Amino acid sequence: MNSVIQVRNLTKRYKDALALDGVSFDIEQDAIYGLLGRNGAGKTTAMSILTAQNLPTSGEVRVFGENPYENARVLSRMCFVRESQKYPDDATPRHAFAAARLFFPRWDQGLADELIDDFQLPLKRTIKKLSRGQLSAVGVIIGLASRAEVTFFDEPYLGLDAVARQIFYDRLLADYAEVPRTILLSSHLIDEVSNLIERVLLIDDGRIIMDESADDARALATNVVGDAAAVERVVNGREVIHREGLGRVASVTFLGRLDGAERAAVVADGLELAPVSLQQLIVRLTQHRSAGRPGADGFGSNNSGPDSSGTKSPSTDTSDADTQEGSLR
Amino acid sequence: MDEGKPLFVQIAEQVEASILDGSIDEESQAPSTNELAVFHRINPATAAKGVNMLVDKGVLYKRRGIGMFVAPGARGLLLKERRSDFAERYVQPLLAEARRIGLGPEDVADLVRTGAGAEPAKP
Repeated sequence: MNSVIQVRNLTKRYKDALALDGVSFDIEQDAIYGLLGRNGAGKTTAMSILTAQNLPTSGEVRVFGENPYENARVLSRMCFVRESQKYPDDATPRHAFAAARLFFPRWDQGLADELIDDFQLPLKRTIKKLSRGQLSAVGVIIGLASRAEVTFFDEPYLGLDAVARQIFYDRLLADYAEVPRTILLSSHLIDEVSNLIERVLLIDDGRIIMDESADDARALATNVVGDAAAVERVVNGREVIHREGLGRVASVTFLGRLDGAERAAVVADGLELAPVSLQQLIVRLTQHRSAGRPGADGFGSNNSGPDSSGTKSPSTDTSDADTQEGSLR
Repeated sequence: MDEGKPLFVQIAEQVEASILDGSIDEESQAPSTNELAVFHRINPATAAKGVNMLVDKGVLYKRRGIGMFVAPGARGLLLKERRSDFAERYVQPLLAEARRIGLGPEDVADLVRTGAGAEPAKP
């Protein structure tokens, strides 16, 4: 695989905080990446540095084999859709698209027009007066129509309703299928994007804690539910990432998979095995810092139905946190 | 789509189901990777993995420059596979549940023979 971006030992220190702590990773050409992690994990910082909108404290970044800083050759091939892009006070979406058209050599006006129609975006209203969702739509349209070889979407869905988000996902996938390119999508709505992405980069506390194909990531962990004593026998010696209980029933999530014989034994024991979705896995791996919500032991928090309802409650958690905390860092 | 199976396996199974029920004939064109991706809203690389699985199995084959086609004999192949999986996928879980509620294999066999009581008669 060809990599379009190489990052080595990248560190970014703000006055009192380490936003990125010596991270190294490669971004493969023509893949859709999910850049996932909690608020403040370092996602936006990483994207800003890769697009030369911020300087690293130390470490090295190569994009298309070159340093991106003040490098027009590289920058015109990249598009960064920021979560809160600033526009001049009197700018309208029409102005924003006209400017984007000049900047991006592969800009597709036909696609932009279709998207403007899809999102029913008022072109002549000043951007200042647009709703949060319409503002997000401006960014999404620029990101897609730029057809840049590397496109970054930093939480592009803020204020977009479910219908508009689905338009974005569908358009992204259809256009990517037609014109393959590299896409990095940061999102808290992991369930919504998990089937769209080919690879997962998970940032936690300024470090990369997962760099996997999405298919492999979905197979990383297993959940077993049933009689607590029997469950404990199954997980004995395995790396447990989450444990909850209700009376004599335990639900334990561990890293790894069971082979065919082990599965048969577990099922014969009357226990239930369930796959762990990408969202559940990521919640389990990154919830250590969430105050008042210990990841292990204790009472089964609010989800008593260990299988189906268990998948739902973390999702509402993250998206709530999401809408409440607007900006990062 | 949300079972314990990997996504690409589910995609492959959907294509297989279309071949089994005759909605895609042998020697006719199968949906492309991109069509599958857009329809199922999944990454094209995942869809490609599912398609490749079917190629390896001999269910699909590639016609250069045109696309994927259903191999001759694919339906028979799939039927054979489904039949050999039938016991594991359906009979064993049935017997396990029967055991839990105190029904023996003979009771189950009786239920099957009598059409399980609720089954509507064949048209």
